[in-house]
Amino acid sequence: MEKEGGLHFFTPDTSGKGVWLAVEGVSAGFPSPADDFKETQISLDKVAVKNEAATFYARVAGQSMIGAGLDDGDLLVIDRSLEPQDGKIAVCLIDGDFTVKRLKVEKDCVWLMAENKRYKPIQVTEENELMIWGIVTYVLKAL
Amino acid sequence: MFGLVDCNNFYASCERIFQPSLEGKPIAILSNNDGCVIARSNEAKALGLPMGAPAHQYNSFFNQHNVKVFSSNYPLYGDMSRRVMDVLKQFTPLVEVYSIDEAFLQFEGFEYYDLEEYAREIKKRVGKWTGMPVSIGLGPSKALAKVANRVAKKFADRTGGVYVIDSEEKRIKALKWLAIGDVWGIGHRHNKRLVLRQVRTAFDFTQLSDAWVRKEMSVVGLRLKHDLLGKSSIPLEMIAAPKKAIATTRSFESLIDDYQELRERVSTFASLCAEKLRQQNSRCHAVYVFVRSNPFMPDLPQYRNSTMISLPFATNSSLTLSKTALHGLDLIYKPGISYKKAGVMVTGIVPEDAYQMTLFTYENPKHQALMQHIDYLHKRFGPHKIKIANQDLNRTYKMKQAHLSPRYTTDVRDVIRVH
Repeated sequence: MEKEGGLHFFTPDTSGKGVWLAVEGVSAGFPSPADDFKETQISLDKVAVKNEAATFYARVAGQSMIGAGLDDGDLLVIDRSLEPQDGKIAVCLIDGDFTVKRLKVEKDCVWLMAENKRYKPIQVTEENELMIWGIVTYVLKAL
Repeated sequence: MFGLVDCNNFYASCERIFQPSLEGKPIAILSNNDGCVIARSNEAKALGLPMGAPAHQYNSFFNQHNVKVFSSNYPLYGDMSRRVMDVLKQFTPLVEVYSIDEAFLQFEGFEYYDLEEYAREIKKRVGKWTGMPVSIGLGPSKALAKVANRVAKKFADRTGGVYVIDSEEKRIKALKWLAIGDVWGIGHRHNKRLVLRQVRTAFDFTQLSDAWVRKEMSVVGLRLKHDLLGKSSIPLEMIAAPKKAIATTRSFESLIDDYQELRERVSTFASLCAEKLRQQNSRCHAVYVFVRSNPFMPDLPQYRNSTMISLPFATNSSLTLSKTALHGLDLIYKPGISYKKAGVMVTGIVPEDAYQMTLFTYENPKHQALMQHIDYLHKRFGPHKIKIANQDLNRTYKMKQAHLSPRYTTDVRDVIRVH
């Protein structure tokens, strides 16, 4: 807690943490004209992660969602803070197993839709235990 | 008002978030090197599995009751803890991270808020975003928030995991319910003494005279009493106080008979302590070294010993601490013993800037510059790249972790798989 009153003494940080690095090298000539225009680097984190505390990752196994561009081995970015909605792709837990499917919300039932003709839609009834674990926001694939 | 947010069965819950099929099943988490049980799910507690149970003695128990056993996965727990704390900081800027799974919150300027509703919102958001179930207690002081948290957790079916002490009636009822030994800050020693004086509940404790409490339990006990009376006396500490002692101890995965090998281990423990000291910008005045054989193998000769060595100056140099710890080991080492565990603890810790020069003995000032460079290189190239020559260069730190779960959130190769 902050103490009220009294004097605060500041000591210079001499811990040597963060060794000083001359990025452009040290030269006796003119400084780089680009120095004043430095931007930060492009970061995929900033693009794909909107909510760090709620963001998790998963690896796709199999090809049930190939029609949505999710192939075996792709990396998914999952945001747990988003609300599940009709049409969203979600990582769900159905009867104890993780699965990734597109949500189809109807009046009194929910369908988990694969995007591959070889997989049938899964109807979630009262007898199933369904938990929406998180909403898929990005897919990262190696080409 | 203060709040205490406590993660329910934190380690077990971390595992369940990524293996939800373990919901409702007994889980036990083992210490480093899979030595003993350090955390249990409610189901495991209900089976009678004691805290600290040695894992090798309980194998048949685990099998018989289908207890799912995990080695401790600190990268996972640390990351989940950070996420929970990050969410909490969205609700109030005043957050004291009290431990890996607990935080105190302070609510200033929330007079017109329904804080109970607010706490339910906190619980809901933490649960949704991170998957972590938490219990929240609220009260006019930290100690009462802690009491309220116990009520919230104990009677979860009625409280929904949130309880507020906001009236004298509720305060007294809760304090009369809470056994003195379960009060925050009442250790084993005080508990015994208080029970002898017929102090059985937190309420009884608040009825003691200030003078007695102060005399027997110092000003710390007095602050606790006032906190329990609803007069907030223990402030929120947002900056972690430097640790009073730092220890690195390990049970070895197999028994060590060889003196050189033991020296290597002790030297490594000492340099780890030195690194921890430097991380928190402090130095130590004394080094404590201990060794012991395996008490669970009574057929082997048993031995345990320890020694404390004072340093003439405060230091955080790996070289000095390693040398001192090895000197200590020489004093207590006994040949012919199979050693199971050793450790180094540094104590008499002072902040770096309060370092007192001495006139006659001092450390080679080059140590400090050397340590700074070592720390920098470790930061840049990863830990344990530079070692002292009496440490084994080939030995990367090995732990027995037979039941380790994947590092779901800290290693991209370990993320969950979805079909």
